Amino acid sequence: MLMTFDIAIIGAGIIGSACAMRLSKEGFKVVVIEANEIAGGTTSTGMGHIVVMDDSEAQFALTNYSQKLWEKLAEEMPRDCEYETCGTIWVEADDEEMAEVRRKKDFYEKRNVKTEILDEKSLREAEPNLRENLIGGLLVPNDSVVYQLCATQFFLDKAMQNGAKLLTGKRVVEILENGVRLENGDLIKANKIINAAGFWSKDLMQDLRIVKRKGHLVITERYPNFVKHQLVELGYLKSAHSNDADSVAFNVQPRMTEQVLIGSSRQFGVDDKTIDYEIAKRMIKRALEYMPKLRKLSATRVWTGFRPATPDNLPYIGQHPKLENVYLATGHEGLGITTSLGTAEILTDEIIGRDSEIDSKVYSPSRFEKKEFARE
Amino acid sequence: MKKIKLQINNESVSIQEGSTVATAIFESDAKTFRKSVSGENRFPLCGMGICFECRVTIDGVKHQRSCQILVREGMKIETDG
Amino acid sequence: MDKMQTDILIIGGGAAGMSAAMSVAENSNLRVLIVDDNPTLGGQIWRSEMGKIKSPEAKKLIEKIEQNEIEILNKAQVFAQNDEKSLLAETPNGAVQMHFEKLILANGARERFLPFPGWTLPNVFGAGGLQALVKSGLSVENKRIVVSGTGPLLLAVAEYLKSKGAIILLISEQTSRMKLLKFGLGLWRIPKKFFEAIKLQSKLQRTVYLTNSFVIKAEGKENLEAVNIVQNGKNRRVECDFLACGFHLVPNIELALMLGCEIMDGNVLVDKFQETTLENVFCVGEPTGIGGVELSLTEGKIAGLSAIDKKEKAKELFTQKEKLQRFANALNETFSLRDELQSLPNEETIVCRCEDVTFGKIKDFNSFREAKLQARCGMGSCQGKICGSATEFLFDWKNESVRPPIFPVKLENLVD
Repeated sequence: MLMTFDIAIIGAGIIGSACAMRLSKEGFKVVVIEANEIAGGTTSTGMGHIVVMDDSEAQFALTNYSQKLWEKLAEEMPRDCEYETCGTIWVEADDEEMAEVRRKKDFYEKRNVKTEILDEKSLREAEPNLRENLIGGLLVPNDSVVYQLCATQFFLDKAMQNGAKLLTGKRVVEILENGVRLENGDLIKANKIINAAGFWSKDLMQDLRIVKRKGHLVITERYPNFVKHQLVELGYLKSAHSNDADSVAFNVQPRMTEQVLIGSSRQFGVDDKTIDYEIAKRMIKRALEYMPKLRKLSATRVWTGFRPATPDNLPYIGQHPKLENVYLATGHEGLGITTSLGTAEILTDEIIGRDSEIDSKVYSPSRFEKKEFARE
Repeated sequence: MKKIKLQINNESVSIQEGSTVATAIFESDAKTFRKSVSGENRFPLCGMGICFECRVTIDGVKHQRSCQILVREGMKIETDG
Repeated sequence: MDKMQTDILIIGGGAAGMSAAMSVAENSNLRVLIVDDNPTLGGQIWRSEMGKIKSPEAKKLIEKIEQNEIEILNKAQVFAQNDEKSLLAETPNGAVQMHFEKLILANGARERFLPFPGWTLPNVFGAGGLQALVKSGLSVENKRIVVSGTGPLLLAVAEYLKSKGAIILLISEQTSRMKLLKFGLGLWRIPKKFFEAIKLQSKLQRTVYLTNSFVIKAEGKENLEAVNIVQNGKNRRVECDFLACGFHLVPNIELALMLGCEIMDGNVLVDKFQETTLENVFCVGEPTGIGGVELSLTEGKIAGLSAIDKKEKAKELFTQKEKLQRFANALNETFSLRDELQSLPNEETIVCRCEDVTFGKIKDFNSFREAKLQARCGMGSCQGKICGSATEFLFDWKNESVRPPIFPVKLENLVD
């Protein structure tokens, strides 16, 4: 291919595809290079939630910004993207978690995110299949779910309408000053390169600190109205971000297909994608504790995936600290679907040289060079 | 041979012991076994538990393969129409 | 969770599985457990009629199995591996863990279904599918039935349905007269088969048997009303009540795949002693290649003997097996699918019946995985068991990634 692209994006997952959609709209000549199939990596294995999170200011800012971008884009998304604003209910199981509900509500309220406290009765009304004697919960009504595979395809379709090129089944093996080299030896010339290869972005940059966090998910047959909101236990944050131990948390999601998607688990240092029965069982048991009626539902599939996690749980978005022509859009851990649109926006701003709507410095890969990233 | 009494969509049906639930549904007034995702009526295809077209609700449990389950006295069966 | 312990675990209670069980029982004192998903033993070929087995050969085998006190677990669907020496099955009473020393897979086969316009209409059945339904009580008396597709099963099904009072309008076989003739001439090598064929033909004497022919469309408002059949470029419309349509058989290899057995050309790879590429895991019958009941019985015997280390005795059966294998090869060649069948579906024809995914939606994808991810083809309840074998023929896609559970299973049975 003799032509020189303005930008080569490595990876046609949801992140790379969102970047392609956004940058091509600005008039850049974009090529997306995917080693396997569209959205075939971490994107395909996730839950497809669009949630506003609050465990750090930086995480809140990116998820909140992205969620608004999704809301806007949803107007033109085709039905097969299954975008649905089902809301999230953070479920509180005991009195201890009551304080957490308060804290969460205050946090969101101060930042203009709509929430609603549910008492025991209104929680049961909202979700009759939850067990009795739960204390209540916090409803975040604007959270949504999406079928991330079709959304990725939709992003790519838009990119291609803007003239972007898509290459699938082509593995990039080296990033060069003037482009990228493919496994078959071909050179694709590009002025700027975006590494959006998720966990695999590390293969092209040895010094990138990304680890795999393995997760399991289960999906059921169709059960209309079994669950209406995304449900997450309040203990989720505690367990999800303890960075060493394997953990499970109650997290179920209604799909537009009427299937129930059940998560979640987190494991470190596991490279093997086979199903780990012990952790899958723990995860399902946790779900059954909160929703005993799940017992009689049939599971059609169980699968695993790897979240690309960074040491500080924030993605890398922006220019590489050492390589001038290289940008990063990776390390989104379990929030890549939500934050794909915000990521694309911030990166586009940086490439064009304008300020972003949110403070984007916190996501800059330049924090690579900080001390804590140096230690193993 | 012994007859088994059961209910299909609240209609009483009496059928020979040893029949499958699928047979009982064929003999009932049910118009279909299940409705497909896009709303088509579907009947069994493979007859041996592979294709999942014959799924119905039995005693409140959804997605049961009617071709693989024998009738039992008092069973309550619901089809999608 | 219930736990069962045995020496030799056999998955599948059809001809191959029962034969393997008897082979072990007659030549050792080891414990044998047969696990099967059907309500009764017999598998598909010997499926019971209202709980009763009709074939004298099958009856004799089942009697022997009962006399030898071979343990049987019916209505149990194996869905996952527990560890190297145990499997998990779902039963009406919950999950069961089955521990074993050696494993014999005898999962049998299913029909291959190919999509054509109208094939999802009510009263379009598989050929073996309709037979199975009739055996469990469905009445076909005075029903006008077209039997179509390919394979020796069509004749057996037509004869059976006729014996139950059905009016067989015609049999439409896709393979050519030439291929059939060539195959027929070879039948003398297997005398028993030859007599069976004669017998079938005599009962079906007055039935129209078209070769080079296949159904291109099924029509009807709510239920099936007519089919369109083509033969040598000529089209005919036949009004009927039922269509029984199946395109020969596909081996059930999901369990073998999940365990990690090597697969070759769609069949489980075994050595002469029926051992798979996994030690102490044997495979017999259709999963090793479609071969029919006699080959299944022989393979079962060999596997049983091999599993109890009576390899010398197993060797005595090799010649017989080879002969049957040659016959099976000729049969599979005779009923191999013609390319025109690939162009039966149109844009709107549903290929994946669980998720209602049309031919038009998937025809431009490069792999089954792509079709799964982007269009949900094969992502439904049957987990691609029907559309996987169809798309294998239509697009040459491979569907060889299998994850537990290999059948949908209640969540409680995954944790208890």
